[in-house]
Amino acid sequence: MKENLLLDYLLQLGDNALVLGQRLAEWCGHGPILEQDMAITNISLDLFGQTRNIFQYAAKVEGEGRTEDDLAFLRDAIHFKNILLVELPNGDFGRTIVKQFLYDAFNFLNYTALLESTDKQLAAIAEKSLKEVTYHLRFSSEWMIRLGDGTDVSHQKMQTALNDLWMYTGELFEMSKTEKELLKTGVAVDLEKLKPAWNKKVKEICEEATLKIPEDTWMQTGGKTGVHTENLGFLLADMQYLQRAYPGQEW
Amino acid sequence: MKNTWPLWEVFIRSKQGIHHKHVGSLHAPDEMVAIENARDVYTRRQEGVSIWVVESKNITASNPDDSDAFYEPARDKIYRHPTFYDLPDELKHI
Repeated sequence: MKENLLLDYLLQLGDNALVLGQRLAEWCGHGPILEQDMAITNISLDLFGQTRNIFQYAAKVEGEGRTEDDLAFLRDAIHFKNILLVELPNGDFGRTIVKQFLYDAFNFLNYTALLESTDKQLAAIAEKSLKEVTYHLRFSSEWMIRLGDGTDVSHQKMQTALNDLWMYTGELFEMSKTEKELLKTGVAVDLEKLKPAWNKKVKEICEEATLKIPEDTWMQTGGKTGVHTENLGFLLADMQYLQRAYPGQEW
Repeated sequence: MKNTWPLWEVFIRSKQGIHHKHVGSLHAPDEMVAIENARDVYTRRQEGVSIWVVESKNITASNPDDSDAFYEPARDKIYRHPTFYDLPDELKHI
């Protein structure tokens, strides 16, 4: 198969949104209260909307007749390019929030940087998505603070989640071969440049939430090249079941 | 259920210049979350451009038992409606 850098980059972006959206959708009907259930599933739907925009473009870029649905429902785990953080299980509501916050803080900066992409279509997608992601970040920051600086139990749960998830944040700023190549033409984002702003945001919110930021130690990696945790396979089995069992089914 | 969050009444303005209208209620720990919850529960389908919330306990309501004294007397005062004027044809939007 011919190497298509832009397609690979779009899949990295789209898979992050799709997999995180699918994870959040697991909260549907299970939220701690109705209002938070709605909030989480709204964010999930925003992410699916972003996935669609990116995958429609990716399908066009590939030009081999695959559709957005094919990209979502007919690829196996090794062909997914999302980072590991977004495929991890939700755990309790607090852990879901920590995961969401760490990603939102990155996603906000990433889309902001993509506004300047030399790929006009990508810049347009970024502009549309940024309004949604601004709210996502506001929502997850708010709950970081409330639960971190809440009761002893909620604080403990948030701190444990932050400690556990920290080793998955290194990958946010790791440049894949594709990203390095596309950075030369100004299409992709220089992730290294986003890191100081991300650190600042995380520090600011964690301080307010009375949470201690773990020390940088060994970081997990692999998602961008298709080497995933065992969690992704289960997630895809759930998500892709219908199209796999009843190919071409519509509703 | 113990420790439930207080109830809030939600008012949405559908577009600029129109008044806020009561749309329902929800639970939230404080006013900021109440606004965000209202955004997530009541404006998902572009219902509004502005949200008010007020904690339900702060609303004073009339008593249904007072209905006779409150509302009955207005029933036969049809002259309070401006329907007895002959309006010139060129007058629009009235």
